[in-house]
Amino acid sequence: MATVLTDTGTHDVPTPGGLLLTPDDTERVTGWTLKPEGMCQAELCVPLTQAMKHGDRIDAAAFWRHLGNPVASDRAGETWVLGTGPDQRNQALTGLQAPDFALPDLNGKMHRLSDYRGQKVFLTTWASW
Amino acid sequence: MWEDLQTCVFDAPFVVIAVAEEGRGAEQARPWIEKARPSYPCLIDENHVVSALYGMVNVPQCVWIDERGVIVRPPETAGSTDHFRKMDLTTRTLAPELLAERNAARTAYLNAVRTWIRTGKHALPGDEARARLPVITPEMAMADALFRLALHLRRHGREAEAAEHFAEASRLHPESWCIFRDAQALEPSGLAGGQAFWERVNALGDKPYYPPPVL
Repeated sequence: MATVLTDTGTHDVPTPGGLLLTPDDTERVTGWTLKPEGMCQAELCVPLTQAMKHGDRIDAAAFWRHLGNPVASDRAGETWVLGTGPDQRNQALTGLQAPDFALPDLNGKMHRLSDYRGQKVFLTTWASW
Repeated sequence: MWEDLQTCVFDAPFVVIAVAEEGRGAEQARPWIEKARPSYPCLIDENHVVSALYGMVNVPQCVWIDERGVIVRPPETAGSTDHFRKMDLTTRTLAPELLAERNAARTAYLNAVRTWIRTGKHALPGDEARARLPVITPEMAMADALFRLALHLRRHGREAEAAEHFAEASRLHPESWCIFRDAQALEPSGLAGGQAFWERVNALGDKPYYPPPVL
């Protein structure tokens, strides 16, 4: 079993080692679906190389890196982070549309930035440290 | 200090959203929030999601977002200054003239925000806003992934392994004080302001810790 941390959440997935996932788990974790032409998301398909195929499983870490995204894991290969690559992040910023996020307040109530559309927003960070 | 902004009555709808970048979780921020009793949303960001999304590297930093959800001022220092570098570390105080300078800079920034809310002034044209955006490099993206991994490991009691990933994240993204400071052991005061912090600040030389915003 591996724990995979992504921008969409935390996923616990069975794996025989590394991040070799079934196509269903790969879709759940990455948002990409296995089709005859490769891994697909919306209209875009990316062919899988031989190195990304392990029998009926997909090396999700290799696929994620192939997309230009960062992958980090602990020593035991039990915890993985599939991050977002620089191209996607820079593209999101240069459009100048404020990237959306949802975070809780102290009471656990979720607030989404886009809920405040229609108001000027002064978004500021701070920390206790 | 943002409460003054939030409680002013402006013609334009306006909200402060304060995000606590707290890798150790909400309880670290709770005493500060409960003491301040803010009337604006104060959110807890255990994974520094906002810093990563906007390319922020220190706190406090801010982004101005207009009614359409468009960034009109990219990340910049939110009213803080480098005067703390001249603080008497024994008494942790500033000389009166430095304190006055610091307060004047803070007031000038708050006034600029108020002017923006009322009139739209200080909002940057698209090209200028774009030119001031941080550029995320592959190293920074990898640093953010390692930092998130390290935060997760620390939360699960694996401090030694977390420390290795924190160190590598900081090496890959040395400009990020958020990564460096949230990785540090806390002093009894709750601050990550020990010797390692001051060595790193002093190593900046003439470079600012808080680059002043260009208004």
